[in-house]
Amino acid sequence: MSWWHTQFHSRTLRTAFHALGRNKMRSGLTTLGIIIGVGAVIAMMEIGNGSSNAIQKSIASMGADNLIVFPGTAASGGVTFGAGTATTLTPEDAEAIGQECPAARAVATIVRARAQVVYGNRNWVPLFIYGASPSFLDVRNWNDLAEGGMFTEQDVRNAAKVCVLGQTLVRELFQGTSPLGQEVRVRNVAFKVIGVLSAKGANMMGMDQDDILLAPWTTIKRRVSGSTLGNENQSAQNAASASGTQATVNTLSDIYPGQSALYPVPSAVQAADTPLPVRFENIDQLLVAAQDPRETQLALRQITQVLHERHRIRPGESDDFNIRDMTEMTRALAATTGLMTNLLLCVALISLVVGGVGIMNIMLVSVTERTREIGLRMAVGARARDILRQFLVEAVVLCLLGGALGIAIGRGSSLLLRATLHWPTELSVGAILAAVIVSLSVGMIFGYYPAWKASRLDPIEALRYE
Amino acid sequence: MELIKLQDIYKTYHLGQVDVPVLKGVSLVVEQGEMVALMGASGSGKTTLMNILGCLDRPSAGHYWLEGREISGLSTDERARLRNQKIGFVFQNFNLLARTSALDNVMMPLSYAPAGVPDREARDRCVALLERVGLGDRLEHESSQLSGGEQQRVAIARALVNQPALLFADEPTGNLDSRTSVEILRMFQQLNGEEGLTIILVTHDAGVAHHAQRIIHIRDGVIENGFSAGAAQTKPEVGHKVRATEVAP
Repeated sequence: MSWWHTQFHSRTLRTAFHALGRNKMRSGLTTLGIIIGVGAVIAMMEIGNGSSNAIQKSIASMGADNLIVFPGTAASGGVTFGAGTATTLTPEDAEAIGQECPAARAVATIVRARAQVVYGNRNWVPLFIYGASPSFLDVRNWNDLAEGGMFTEQDVRNAAKVCVLGQTLVRELFQGTSPLGQEVRVRNVAFKVIGVLSAKGANMMGMDQDDILLAPWTTIKRRVSGSTLGNENQSAQNAASASGTQATVNTLSDIYPGQSALYPVPSAVQAADTPLPVRFENIDQLLVAAQDPRETQLALRQITQVLHERHRIRPGESDDFNIRDMTEMTRALAATTGLMTNLLLCVALISLVVGGVGIMNIMLVSVTERTREIGLRMAVGARARDILRQFLVEAVVLCLLGGALGIAIGRGSSLLLRATLHWPTELSVGAILAAVIVSLSVGMIFGYYPAWKASRLDPIEALRYE
Repeated sequence: MELIKLQDIYKTYHLGQVDVPVLKGVSLVVEQGEMVALMGASGSGKTTLMNILGCLDRPSAGHYWLEGREISGLSTDERARLRNQKIGFVFQNFNLLARTSALDNVMMPLSYAPAGVPDREARDRCVALLERVGLGDRLEHESSQLSGGEQQRVAIARALVNQPALLFADEPTGNLDSRTSVEILRMFQQLNGEEGLTIILVTHDAGVAHHAQRIIHIRDGVIENGFSAGAAQTKPEVGHKVRATEVAP
């Protein structure tokens, strides 16, 4: 019996192909709707997938797994000074996060400054002057230096006057010659260039990430920005004024002569005066990289917990820090392209339905036209269900052929776009599967009514039909 | 042996409020191996009777035995199966599938046979049949490339492909010239004589009808000379083996 079934089905298929082949032009035009619909779906999916992946990749290179910890807001007598003005983050926080948060891969301490960099008779104000820890490159996925090497933990401990430059800065200051071993001056402090970063380009806000000078954070803090506890606050800084700051910077090492500890130790009087632990050294921000871009939320929770403990923030109290993650951006962008893809997909699906209506239309014409054939087949013993099956198989074969052609055209056009316009397209197996299933069901749904109509014909009437 | 026995067959069509009786109590016997012509003017109920005999339609009342089996109450699907296995049809306008080779035309009924025929055997059988009707060299010709007579012979081969017990020919020569008509009718006679195939010719043409052994006239839904198995024996021009076995008991 099963042998007979396969036999029967192969014959039904052959009959269907034969019937379609008898009117090639019409079959082709009928299935055009399906071809275009499926082709559009495939092309849309491949382009959508490709661009969304490309966006996610570039976001990842910008540091999608990064979390940025800012200190909280300083306020004095009802005047708040904006995000990052409080002096609540310390280098010890960075160490604690590195040790106690398993979801954090690397932590970098960052101190910012803005100053003129001078080399010979040229000068430039880079976008970023970062005092950082050596782990900064780890955190930013920036380990491949173009030249030289990164400064070390030892350099940080010694507040060594070394720096690593970004490509833009090198171009502006050195104009083609190698900067390695040269000295640049920042606020009159001479830094020896020991490395050059590889090019990274602009970040999402369009800021040139290569316009950067990296130095040990201790060096920037003590020798360049010279912010001690006394002048850290904005109001205090105003009072100190620019000239005063400069003086403090270069004599900072003289304030603590012979100091071997990394940070100044608070005196007993200071400790007694302040109920909260005094932070003698504060930093501007912490950059934390999660183990995995998908684990940033976990890392965020762990960091929050560690900082709560360290800063003694009770439940209900507001945080004296805030953490920003890039996943929000990643998600927003992915959602945007996802939305576009879905929208285009809807349009493509509508065209598939239109294609299905076209199939139904032509199948109805075909049934009318082949009334006598149907009558004859019934006269020689075809049952209603045989006729139903024959026309249904014809519609499905038509749709599947159209679907296959559509897949080829969709793939082809996406490859063409990739080759000519360099759009980042990507093969989508899901879309191909969906296209096959959709064209199959379009054939079933829109082929059923004509097939049913054919099967309901009366053989006597049908044979006499002119 | 009686191949066909009709008893008091009535057929009434309902056209809106009006009932139109077409067959009014037809009784008829056709022996196995007979070649019968069914004659009648248009509107006489000839076509209706043929549809009922050919299992395309069912009577409103009465009984129909085919090979001793009562079939007037069969369902649509059962009748389709019966047509496939027991009855061959030849039509006035040939009804071949367009743009399809002669061979595929002949093979078509096999795809509805309940017991499957392997492709090879099916092909061999169809080739043999086409050779039998003299078209051995026209196997791959499409119907449009064949003459009327050739098309009708393809139709005859198609009607015979499931080895039916009964062959219906509805005005088989209506679209043919006289010479070809004679050829086709000779072929029917040959099939009847050599293989004992029971043939019912439906025609309004007395010239055609006279090729049969017996003529049944139908007028106004009633058979004029229906019953006589004896009537068949009054025309003894063709004696054949089936007849001989019949006569014996």
